[in-house]
Amino acid sequence: METFYFILITTIKTAIYFGILMLHVAYATYAERKIIGHIQLRLGPMVVGPHGLLQPIADVIKLIFKEDIIPSNVDRKIFTIAPLISLTAALSTFAVIPVSQNWFISDINVGILYVLGIAGIGTYGIIFAGWSSNSKYAFLGGLRSAAQMISYEVALAMSLVGVILMAESFNLTEIVNKQLEYSYGMFLFPQFLGYFVFIVAMLAETNRVPFDLPEAETELVAGYFVEYSGIRFSLFYLAEYLAMFCMSALATICFWGGWTVPPFLLKIFPFLGMIPGVVWFLLKVYFHMFLFFWLRGTLPRYRYDQLMAIGWKVLIPLALLNIVLTSLIKYYS
Amino acid sequence: MNPLEILKRIKDNFPEEVLWFRCFREECDITVKKERIRDILAYLKNTPSLEFDYLIDLTAVDYLGFREPRFDVIYHLMSIKYKHRLRVKAQVRQRECSISSVVDLWKTADWFERECFDMFGIEFKGHPNLRRILMPEDWNGFPLRKDYPVYSELKDKEWQTYKELKEAAKGWREDAS
Amino acid sequence: MHPESTKELLINMGPQHPATHGVLRLILEVEGELIKKCVPYIGYLHRGVEKLSEDLTYVQVLPLTDRLDYLSSMINNVGFCIAVEKLMGINVPERAKFIRTIMSEVARICSHLVWIATHALDIGAMTVFLYAMRDREKLLELFELVTGARLTVSYPRVGGVRCDINQEFLDELHKFIEEFPKKVEEYETLIDRNRVWLKRTKGVGVITAEEAINWGLTGPTLRGSGVYYDVRKFFPYDAYDKVDFEVPIGKNGDIYDRYKCRMLEFRQSAKIIKQCIEKLPEGSILAEDAPKIRMPASPLKIDKNDIQFEIYIEDKSTEDFIKKFTEVYASVEAPRGELGFYIVCDDSAKPYRMRVRAPSFVHAGVLPRLCEGALIADVIANIGSIDIVLGECDR
Repeated sequence: METFYFILITTIKTAIYFGILMLHVAYATYAERKIIGHIQLRLGPMVVGPHGLLQPIADVIKLIFKEDIIPSNVDRKIFTIAPLISLTAALSTFAVIPVSQNWFISDINVGILYVLGIAGIGTYGIIFAGWSSNSKYAFLGGLRSAAQMISYEVALAMSLVGVILMAESFNLTEIVNKQLEYSYGMFLFPQFLGYFVFIVAMLAETNRVPFDLPEAETELVAGYFVEYSGIRFSLFYLAEYLAMFCMSALATICFWGGWTVPPFLLKIFPFLGMIPGVVWFLLKVYFHMFLFFWLRGTLPRYRYDQLMAIGWKVLIPLALLNIVLTSLIKYYS
Repeated sequence: MNPLEILKRIKDNFPEEVLWFRCFREECDITVKKERIRDILAYLKNTPSLEFDYLIDLTAVDYLGFREPRFDVIYHLMSIKYKHRLRVKAQVRQRECSISSVVDLWKTADWFERECFDMFGIEFKGHPNLRRILMPEDWNGFPLRKDYPVYSELKDKEWQTYKELKEAAKGWREDAS
Repeated sequence: MHPESTKELLINMGPQHPATHGVLRLILEVEGELIKKCVPYIGYLHRGVEKLSEDLTYVQVLPLTDRLDYLSSMINNVGFCIAVEKLMGINVPERAKFIRTIMSEVARICSHLVWIATHALDIGAMTVFLYAMRDREKLLELFELVTGARLTVSYPRVGGVRCDINQEFLDELHKFIEEFPKKVEEYETLIDRNRVWLKRTKGVGVITAEEAINWGLTGPTLRGSGVYYDVRKFFPYDAYDKVDFEVPIGKNGDIYDRYKCRMLEFRQSAKIIKQCIEKLPEGSILAEDAPKIRMPASPLKIDKNDIQFEIYIEDKSTEDFIKKFTEVYASVEAPRGELGFYIVCDDSAKPYRMRVRAPSFVHAGVLPRLCEGALIADVIANIGSIDIVLGECDR
């Protein structure tokens, strides 16, 4: 009976979580269009609803009812399964992400490793899509993506080692609570090097500007999902935005102290403690999302060889240096 | 350098080749036989005091019905150093419709010669890659020749509906008035 | 694996591709991302302007020239008019010359704005696109104010211009020119000191001065390699010999230098316009002996007094032939390079042969030279930096 209740509650929690997440993704597209629009002297969506607020809903309806075209020469099985792999991987990562104290679906003790591992599986979706589309542009996009993901996953994981060392745990909740023990309340300050590497690797990992080579619009038209349309296309889109949210959440938890307020701030402004943790968490996630959009509005795109050079010659050495420094300090203090 | 002086020098160096020259609106052109055109152009390009390092344009003109060497292949040369320009023309007959290529002198001649071949059917001997460039590869005829019609043979058919409409409209106008 | 069993991947880029600026088609032979061979195919926009113009009168050819380089149609018109004026020996009134110079420079700014917009977009900087389009919009409105058209203006006429400009136009233009250098700085803050932009452009697509001349490049594409050649300075037309301006030249001949040249040209164009507005003389705008539109068209009256020739062969008909077929070549500095019109006239109302020397055609030819050995992303950057318009390339 206990098992039954556990399954029931988890299912309900997952459903609520899923619903909120989807709403977030839908409005992330809206926010992106609005923010980039204002950066670029435009208004962004304005027609559907007041200030275009209903635009994401109209988009979803359009994408669902659009004809799903499958080109005749594709590898049908893999072609249909690829977006699902991407989406599933992106969604599964949220299972361990705590939103507030005791607000999570599952609290496993290797949270960070789980997130990184599952995010890595998402790459398969992209490679499968590129390969099965039987299109050279998609193929090149898939190739680029494979190389990019593999090299930047190394940097991403390494940048988190410093955090793990300081928190002495893989558990995400534990990491957040550990940050409270320090007076500055965020790993951002001692781990600024790690944070920098994380932010850059996060952009590359989610294929965003300036590392959006797998889908470089002006080079590869749309990259790996060039042959996709309708609902399958939107699944890739969804996966991309979910990955952005996931990375933002990870950055928030590991470096920004998750849902907590730094103790020194709390001392000065005690009323900040009244605000529920989830609000802090969301605000920090939104900041990172804004960073994604902001960069997209300002930066050009790197070239493939330059991207690789940054990953292997700059980020990984920096991350290693960070690990050495952190462990030395940890050892001697 | 005065253009007439340049013409004189060409005449001195290639006395057999030059047919005539002409100056009009401060522009000089010199018409030569086609056999040694490459040598003449190489001379113009490589002589330090002339230094025509720039091939601005290469094209042809069809004088069908006016003259027997039917085509003129026209080279517009310019020197960046001396700021002078010259037009060199080489006569090409319809029968052996060919002339030697100058791609090895100026790389820019590559596409110009391909275009010239495409439009006039003049063969450039020694061109590395003489294919049609603007027209489709399987096109018949050479569009800029004077015996190539401007209007297609389908002209009357294509505009049949339009003509009928126009006739009908005339009728309506008469009815109205 | 056996060496025979591997082969390069062929990529067909275009004619429908977001970054080939129209209908350019490139067949790329790639090894991974490295380009082994690049073969451009053109002609998708070939409308036979040269053949068509043999069947139209001189005045009727003018609107055809709009459709060559549709981003700077004004300069194409001016080029054609100058060629015909040279052929007929027409003296254009001073005021018309200044108006044409103003309009040419406005068209140059317009065209360069589209270039910076698309070039930056190709490299991935989206925002510059909209900034540049915002300013182009104002200039197009100014065009509309004078000519009634925004893109294909057909404003200059053989012997002058179609209609006079008014004070409102001059005021608006002056206001725009005053603020324009600040706008250019705005684009530069977005990309000029951006590390990503510098990495993508510096040392990429390098062409030396000798090679650039040998390939026949003109305009900013040539000047980026450090060659001083500008038709406006070498063979001045219109009012360019009466205004003071500099020709910016680059040094390394890479994409960045070509970019820098065009950015500096923005400021020079603004300077020219400002001087022209100040010096604009009063007077008529169309020469009295300009050809009128008549049906049926009357033959051209060409003043052949300055014809001078010498014949070295014995052929009676040659002299008549030389006197009958007069010809001129006149060129203008279009935003993309030297735009030349070569007209052969047989004394009838229609050109016997009209040849357009299109800079885009020459520049498209140099693409394989720039791209081979580079990466796929560099192809896009190179196409942007040589700034081709396929309407002009294919004619």
